[in-house]
Amino acid sequence: MPLARLIPCLDVAYGRTVKGVSFVGLRDVGDPVELAAFYSAGGADELVLLDIAATPDDTETMTSVVVNVAEVLDIPFTVGGGVRSVDDASRIIDSGADRVSLNSAALANPNLVTAIATRYGSQAVVVAIDAGGGVVHTHGGRVATTTQVVPWAVEAAERGAGEILLTSIFHDGQRRGFDLELTAQVRNAISIPVIASGGAGCAQHVADALRVADAALVASIVHENPAGVPGLRRELEEMGIELRPVKERV
Amino acid sequence: MSDVIVVDYGAGNTHSVRAALSHLGRTSVVSSDRAAVLGAEQVVLPGVGSARSAMVHLNETGVAAALHERFATGGPILGICLGMQLALESSEEDGGVEGLGLLKGHVKRLTSGRVPRLGWAIVEPWGEAYYFAHSYASDSLDTVATSDGVSVAVKSGSFFGVQFHPEKSGPAGLSLLESCLSPA
Repeated sequence: MPLARLIPCLDVAYGRTVKGVSFVGLRDVGDPVELAAFYSAGGADELVLLDIAATPDDTETMTSVVVNVAEVLDIPFTVGGGVRSVDDASRIIDSGADRVSLNSAALANPNLVTAIATRYGSQAVVVAIDAGGGVVHTHGGRVATTTQVVPWAVEAAERGAGEILLTSIFHDGQRRGFDLELTAQVRNAISIPVIASGGAGCAQHVADALRVADAALVASIVHENPAGVPGLRRELEEMGIELRPVKERV
Repeated sequence: MSDVIVVDYGAGNTHSVRAALSHLGRTSVVSSDRAAVLGAEQVVLPGVGSARSAMVHLNETGVAAALHERFATGGPILGICLGMQLALESSEEDGGVEGLGLLKGHVKRLTSGRVPRLGWAIVEPWGEAYYFAHSYASDSLDTVATSDGVSVAVKSGSFFGVQFHPEKSGPAGLSLLESCLSPA
């Protein structure tokens, strides 16, 4: 089995990272390209860039961010937010991203998952599920649907998703730990890998998540901690989580 | 002068391979021109797209024949992920696809663990971790490295292929690319 993955998530709008990043050592913490390179150098296994504006006038800016991030990264990255068609996915992947993440658009049109997977392979399609109270939420977690989380994860996998990014919206931002029970429940129901998301407050929470999931998505725990990704990696390794060996940059 | 040809399957994204080559100081051109494939110092078959559409493109453009000729005359070829799989005789992907057949062996769907097999994994006997994103793997007898019991690198004659993505595998991947592409 591949090693556990630590995946920092950068929220981007109009070409700028929007969540507070409060450590020193960066010229411009609002520049997603510089932040991506910084996290990569610190030992991130992958990155997720989430276009939280995802409005039509933001598309061009986001595309150029993807091109510039691809230029500096030598690790894989996923782009989510505003992917509503095969053309959207093509624009992002052809700009240098490795994978796209689909959320509401996949729920509204499950065939989209299959269409993108057929063109680029399952490994290029992540289906993001915002879960709360057992049901899928849309519109950034604000609107509850009647779709049950586990059956939707199963359907997404059957339709060609290569990974599920599972965010527990009641845990997100609370820093009290991931929803381990739900994560395990979803992962047990499918045979594709699962990224746990939402709730990391300390290294122990991330370690707990990595024992039930294939990867953990982290945001404020690395954005707001001066020890950043290397500090988190060190703590996880001390807790017995096996991560990839990170070497000096060439 | 561009000394590396990155073969175009008509499927888009060759950015990451070209970015990695550029970090190593190598110039590259994306091409599906058979003369370019024959004449290049190095040829890279990248890991882009699906097996069937890639083979259709290679056959239609005459690049498949050029790769055979290049291989027969000892010209180096590096295959990455799908680019490695295409060099074998056949693949189970897309309901069964005939490959280039430069190497003996077949590409089969992974049957154990989570599929797709995503993430960093240690490759033996090299002892380094590289990034994988695959649902199929080769059963080639020309295997020179494995990971979790799966064949992840093959070598035969002037062809060298890896299942992982060296262009996405940090410094370890770049070192591997550099050693693959340096003149023998």
